[in-house]
Amino acid sequence: MATTLPLSTRGLLPAQRVATAATGESAVVRWVLIGVAVLFLALFIFLPLAIVFSQAFAKGIGPYWASLRQPDALSAIRLTLLAAGIAVPLNLVFGVAAAWAIGKFEFFGKSLLITLIDLPFSVSPVVSGLIYVLLFGLQGVLGPWLARHNLQIIFAVPGIVLATIFVTFPFVARELIPLLQAQGQEEEEAALALGASGWQTFFRVSLPNIKWGLLYGVILCNARAMGEFGAVSVVSGHIRGRTNTMPLHVEILYNEYQFSAAFAVASLLALLALATLLVKTLVEWRARRQLAESARWDGEEQIA
Amino acid sequence: MSIEAKNISKKFGQFAALDNVSLTIPSGELVALLGPSGSGKTTLLRIIAGLEFADSGTILFDGEDTTHRTARDRRVGFVFQHYALFRHMTVFENIAFGLKVRPRSVRPSKEQIHAKVHELLGLIQLKNLSGRYPSQLSGGQRQRVALARALAVEPSVLLLDEPFGSLDAKVRLELRRWLRQLHDEVHITSVFVTHDQEEALEVSDRVAVMNEGRIEQVGSPDEVYHHPNTPFVYNFLGSVNLFHGRMDDEIPAIHEAATGDFVYVRPHLLEIQRQPNGGSNFRAVIKHINSAGPLVKVEALSEWGAPVQVEMSQEKFQDLQLAKEETVFIIPKELKVFHKAI
Repeated sequence: MATTLPLSTRGLLPAQRVATAATGESAVVRWVLIGVAVLFLALFIFLPLAIVFSQAFAKGIGPYWASLRQPDALSAIRLTLLAAGIAVPLNLVFGVAAAWAIGKFEFFGKSLLITLIDLPFSVSPVVSGLIYVLLFGLQGVLGPWLARHNLQIIFAVPGIVLATIFVTFPFVARELIPLLQAQGQEEEEAALALGASGWQTFFRVSLPNIKWGLLYGVILCNARAMGEFGAVSVVSGHIRGRTNTMPLHVEILYNEYQFSAAFAVASLLALLALATLLVKTLVEWRARRQLAESARWDGEEQIA
Repeated sequence: MSIEAKNISKKFGQFAALDNVSLTIPSGELVALLGPSGSGKTTLLRIIAGLEFADSGTILFDGEDTTHRTARDRRVGFVFQHYALFRHMTVFENIAFGLKVRPRSVRPSKEQIHAKVHELLGLIQLKNLSGRYPSQLSGGQRQRVALARALAVEPSVLLLDEPFGSLDAKVRLELRRWLRQLHDEVHITSVFVTHDQEEALEVSDRVAVMNEGRIEQVGSPDEVYHHPNTPFVYNFLGSVNLFHGRMDDEIPAIHEAATGDFVYVRPHLLEIQRQPNGGSNFRAVIKHINSAGPLVKVEALSEWGAPVQVEMSQEKFQDLQLAKEETVFIIPKELKVFHKAI
C-alpha cells in the first residue's frame, strides 16, 4: 500500500545539529570542562585502580598466586561465590515478583511496598547487619529457640547469606518497576485472550520484554552481593577459613600488614568490578540499540 | 455466535462507566459501539471480552452464561487500539502464538500451524513480511497482523477496540473497507468500538450510540442517522444547527425567543434563497463562505443573531452567486424537535 519511498532518518539528526549551534559553548569552555572531568576521573578512579594492581603484583607474580591459593583466601572466595550464588537467584525471583505486582496491578498498600523495597538502600549496611544479630543472635528475639534446636545463623554462613540477600534486594525490583509500568498490560491481555495460561504469558510474553532490564539488575545485584562489606561484617564473626568473605578477608590481611596479599585479593574484586562494568555497558548498548531501532521504525510508520 | 449483554453496570471508583446497559448482537452481524470518549464503549467491549468484569449484569454467548469466564475461556478474538503485538516475535510467530500455546492434546501440528499462518498472511496480504518484527511494520500493517493473530484461533466472536484509531486518514479509509469485505467473507460476529461516526455508519450492520455509560439508540446506520431518538444521537452523527422552537399545530417551527423546546436541523437541510417564500423562512446575513470540497459551507447570522451553518452543492452555489455580507432568506426543509438540548 505504500507508494511513497520510506524516508530514512538515520544519519540525518537535524535537531542535534541545531542544538549544538544554538546551545554550544566556546572551545575554551568545552576543553576546560572536559579537562576537569578527566582529571577528576584519573585522580579518583584510575589512580586507585592502578595502585591496587601495582601493589598486588609488587612482589611479583609468584607471591600473587601464592596469596590467592592460601586456604583462607580460597575459602573466602568460595564463601563469596556461595553467598552471591544464593542471594542473586533469590532476589531475581523476589524482584521479578515484586516488580510485577507493582508494575501491573493497582492494590492497597502499593506505595508502602515500594518504600519497603527501597529500605535496604536507605538503611546503613551496618544497621542491616545489626538487625539480624538482634533477631537471630544468642541474646536476640529468636536466638534461644534457635540455640535449642542447634541452629546457628549469626557468625555462620546462613547469617552472611541473609545479610547479603537483604542488602541486595532492591536492585532487580528497582530496575524492573519502571520498565513494567511503561509497558502496560496490553500484550499480556492479548496473550490471555489468545488462550495462553498465566505462566505461558509470563514466560513467552512478559519475560522476553524485560530481559535486558532484568539482566542489568542481576549484574548490579551480583556486584553488590560479592562486594558487600558492612552488613556481612556485622553478622560474620570473622572466623578465618569459615565465615570470611572476600571483602572481609581483604580487611583482615590489611590489618595484619600483609599488604601484597590484601591487594591480591582486592585485585580480584576490582576485576569483578571491571567485568561488571563491561557486561553492563554491553547490555546497555544492546538495549539502547533495540530501542533506537524500534523508534526509527516508529518514525517511518506515518509514511507507509 | 450471538452476544447478549444484560443490565451491565460498572464503576471505576466514583465514576459510573456503564449504567445498566443492555445490548443484543445477533449472530454474524458487524456492530459498531459509537460514542465520545468516556461514554463507556471500550469498557463494554472489554467486559464482553472478559478482560474486565462487570459489577452487575450478565453476558450471554449463544444464550449461555459466560459472565464469570475469563478471556482465556471465552474464545474471543480481541484487537487492541495500539495493536499490542508481541514485540520480540516476528509476524509469523505473532500469528502462530494462539495456536502454539494450546494444550498439547488440542495443539495443531507444526505443519498445520504453518499452513494456517500462511493462509492468514495471504488474507492480510502480508505474505512477504512474515519474518519482520512489529517495529519494522507500518501502522496499517501492524493492525492487519493483529487482526490475523486474533483470527488464527478461530474465535467465535471478534472484538475490535478503536481498530483504526491510531492510523492516518488514508490508511484508515482503506483498512475499514477491507474490514467490511473481510466480514462479508468470514461472517464472524464482530463488535468494534469507534468514536468516528463516519466509520461506524460506513462499516457496520448496526450501530449502538453510547453516551455517559448508557446506550442512546441501537439501529441500522440508516435508522440512527435519519431517525435519531435523542438530541445526543442527532448531534453526534453529523453537524447540526440548534434553534429555539416548538411544534405549532403538528408542524415544527423555529422561534426567535426561548420556548423550552429545541429545533435541530442539519446544515444540508437548510436552503438559501434570494426571495422570501412566504412560509417558514428567516432572514440572515452571510458571514463566511468555504467553497473548497464537495460541498460549499456557508456561515450566516440569523436576524435574531444566532449563527447558522448551511451546506449546498457547488452547482447550487454557482447559480446563487452568493457574496459576503449579503442578506438572504433561509428555508428549513426538515426540522426535528426535541424537548431538551444535548
